[in-house]
Amino acid sequence: MINTLILQAPAETTRYLIAGYTVIFGIMLLYVVSLVVRSRNLKREIENLKQLDEEKK
Amino acid sequence: MNPKPRLLAILDVITILLFLTAVGMVFFYAPLEAVMGQVQRVFYFHVANAWVGMLGFMVAAIAGIAFLRKGDRKWDIVGLSAIEISFVFFFTAIVSGSIWARGSWGTWWTWDPRLTTAAICELVYAAYFLLRQGIDDPDRRARFGAVYAILSFISVPLTFISIRIFRTIHPVIIGSGAAGAEGSFEMAPKMLQTFMFSLFTFSIIFVDLLWHRIRLGKLAEETENLRLKTLQ
Repeated sequence: MINTLILQAPAETTRYLIAGYTVIFGIMLLYVVSLVVRSRNLKREIENLKQLDEEKK
Repeated sequence: MNPKPRLLAILDVITILLFLTAVGMVFFYAPLEAVMGQVQRVFYFHVANAWVGMLGFMVAAIAGIAFLRKGDRKWDIVGLSAIEISFVFFFTAIVSGSIWARGSWGTWWTWDPRLTTAAICELVYAAYFLLRQGIDDPDRRARFGAVYAILSFISVPLTFISIRIFRTIHPVIIGSGAAGAEGSFEMAPKMLQTFMFSLFTFSIIFVDLLWHRIRLGKLAEETENLRLKTLQ
């Protein structure tokens, strides 16, 4: 009876579920953060370049 | 740089809501699979990530054709943006698939036709960035990028059909799989609903991210032009 119950139970794979979704959520978050950071840096660079251009004039 | 369009702001909110719903469905709505257990839940977002990968590579190939026909640099930005997003999502699909394989097959990696073609596909697109890095002239870079995006797209259908034409242990979700496939399962209605909803959600995530990435590409182009103007 106990053997039958053990055989019928799903495999214990919770740690792989956690690992899988940590990777999925982690990479997605990193990518979104990278978009925000790159956008902010480019905006800052544009401001600096515009300022340099005006100083040249 | 233009302010964020209202439509994009609305799309951001819709995307977040869809994503949270999909996460809820994966963890609380879809039933536990009888053999593999919890690790089977990785499958929903694993496939959705792979789908976004293939979708973006296709968009990049179409953008490549559009660029070669019209010569408009905006298509280069679209192609680059699509490949960048897809590269990230396809990488996630490979890694999450590897974790699923460890829980289901008992190994992190095997040189199965699907895994091999997926790895080749990712490497092919990694070379796209290297190619672009090596070319200074923007027009030349766009032209070479477009041709490369079109040619490299061959690896995408090859990856997709690999599990249908070769002997493989990778399960086929849509259609009939090989006899030796391990980790196949019958999808209960709630599993199918979660699966389809995840695919839909990730398609919207792709559109939303693509829009943001195109805006970033335009910003980069503006910066490059300003830099050239300042240096002159």
